[in-house]
Amino acid sequence: MINTLMGSFSQEEFLLSGHNACPGCGPAIAVRHIMKVTASRAVIVIPASCWSIISGVVPLRALETVVMHCPFPSAAATGGGIKKGLEAVGDPHTQVLVLAGDGGTFDIGLQGLSGAAERNEDIIFVCYDNEAYMNTGMQKSSASPYGSYSTTTPAPKVKGNPKKDIMKIMAAHQVPYAATATIAFPGDLSSKVERALERKGFRFLHILTPCPQGWGSPIDKTVELSRLAVLTRLFPLWEVEGGVNYRINFLPEEYLPVNEYLKSQKRFSSLEQSQVDFIQENVERQWEELCHKAGVANRFSAALAGHKNGRK
Amino acid sequence: MERKLMNGNQAAALAVKFSRVQVVCAYPITPQTSLVENIAEMWARGNFPGEYVSVESEYSAMSYLIGASYAGARTFTATSCQGLAYMHELLHWAAGARLPIVLVNVNRAMGAPWSLEPDQLDSLSQRDTGWIQFYCADVQEIMDTLIFSFRLAEQTRIPCMVVYDGFVLSHTYEVVELPIQEQVDAFLPSPPCSAAFNPARPQTIQAVTDSRYLSPVLRERHLSMLKVPGAVKEIDLEFQEIFGRSYPLAEATGLEEAETVIVTAGSLAQTVKSFLYSFKNGKEKLGLLRLRLFRPLPGDEIVPLLCRQGLRRIVVIDRNVSAGTGGIFAQELRALLQGTSYRGEIYELNLAGGVDLTPELLNKGLQAVSLNSGDRGNIIWGVDLK
Repeated sequence: MINTLMGSFSQEEFLLSGHNACPGCGPAIAVRHIMKVTASRAVIVIPASCWSIISGVVPLRALETVVMHCPFPSAAATGGGIKKGLEAVGDPHTQVLVLAGDGGTFDIGLQGLSGAAERNEDIIFVCYDNEAYMNTGMQKSSASPYGSYSTTTPAPKVKGNPKKDIMKIMAAHQVPYAATATIAFPGDLSSKVERALERKGFRFLHILTPCPQGWGSPIDKTVELSRLAVLTRLFPLWEVEGGVNYRINFLPEEYLPVNEYLKSQKRFSSLEQSQVDFIQENVERQWEELCHKAGVANRFSAALAGHKNGRK
Repeated sequence: MERKLMNGNQAAALAVKFSRVQVVCAYPITPQTSLVENIAEMWARGNFPGEYVSVESEYSAMSYLIGASYAGARTFTATSCQGLAYMHELLHWAAGARLPIVLVNVNRAMGAPWSLEPDQLDSLSQRDTGWIQFYCADVQEIMDTLIFSFRLAEQTRIPCMVVYDGFVLSHTYEVVELPIQEQVDAFLPSPPCSAAFNPARPQTIQAVTDSRYLSPVLRERHLSMLKVPGAVKEIDLEFQEIFGRSYPLAEATGLEEAETVIVTAGSLAQTVKSFLYSFKNGKEKLGLLRLRLFRPLPGDEIVPLLCRQGLRRIVVIDRNVSAGTGGIFAQELRALLQGTSYRGEIYELNLAGGVDLTPELLNKGLQAVSLNSGDRGNIIWGVDLK
């Protein structure tokens, strides 16, 4: 099954070498794959985020398309305005792709995002999620996972609340298309970008992009962490159309406990066993819910039952 | 030419239609609401040539127009008080990006506490955002200034804010002479379509930069702003030729012989003007200077009018207060007259909080001025004269 998620890729590069990303940057890999699909079909809107820097400081430019920077909370509305403006001046073809971090999506950008989704603005909104404000040195966002360290949630007061479920929020807006993706499954990611391009109206992609600097992981483990997030079902690959038709794109065959994902990241180093259990329990509950929505059997239902019975 | 009875908000909505605005994006707020409702109504019935988008906040409204304006569309929004403050970050962005967006702000007091009074602090707080600002005195002027502003903004690549008093002008009916579409089309060329958004021609817009690039850009923005009064005068000649009406940068009434000049803006000037005529038989000779273009403040026009032998005092009527400094128009005027030959006094009659200016109040204010020592910190508060 993994093979079909790998895909084949254009040899053409739209992310130029010499860009400003850190070594092992997940968001850079994600955008490299996205742009191999969108190529010159889309203009890109970037609110304050890591990509404000990666895309180049004047006079440098790292992306082979039109890129427009905009204020932090404004990306969804700016994107909608560009699309409407392009139509007004006689260009109905050029697509608009917003590239926002988790801060610009889950936190300060949420109001504008919700407004644009409700109006069904004809744009693709991509959230590259590295689970904190990484561009400014790792301050927590509402996308930061439960139990993770950040400079604004320092140990022992690490984040005490679970990650906000942005996909549920988007599904509740009944947008034409919303999907999760991550860089370890580039074929899946590319096909979702392609599917998004084919549709009209508001399209949302939630892409998990590990950040070695912030997560405290080796720079050569970025893709591996991305894969482990999917295999442990902390970040399942799925999509939903119109807020009603759910599809899980990858069903792990083996049961893999969340600790396999957590243990190699320094941001989770203060976790105690009871907290790991809480994370596992959340995963089992959410996976059950997702399987139910997608109409597939939960082959790990025993794990959920185990948690329900209070077994650790 | 058709003449019609309408209020300020209706006149603004019609001006937007006549100007063939392509993207209107707004969020309703009292006392602006009937303006966007009028546009929505025309749009829903197919009587509006552009698109109308109702968004979830003023923040998104201005963000939306920044995007649409970048793509090359002619854009418009309208707001008031808290809504304008909520746009603040984007006002800077629009001016920095040199986007010719046009905005109506209907003056209303900033909270707290909540109020619907026509205080001017909302728009005056935005004086440093790099937007052109006009203050209108009547309904005809609202319509004309809006049509004018699209031309001015697109020619100078500076966004333009048209300001008028809440309720006093937004909801008061006056007879307005309507233009015909051909006149407006002749005055307003098609908006310059932006070539920026061709993905096949890669470029990055508003990327991070440093002082080596930023400082020259800011200087250029300043110098461009200084050229605005000249551009207004030049465009006004054309406006006059087509529409038969002309508007000065600042309107002077009876300044030639005045011993006391009242300086104010907006509809307050209308009250003062009617007072001037009834005051003609008074002992003191009064004049009026109405500030119309406030950003940039046309010093070359204003200073010679006030540096006149025989002018003994200036009374600035502000309907706003910058706490700790005083009225903002007074503050600006003092800065303008610094180092000039003006040696008279400058008094402030302050109507902050939307105090209504009646002839009785103005009379009492002028009496208070004549008794006043002229101390700069001494503000005459209109509310005390009631």
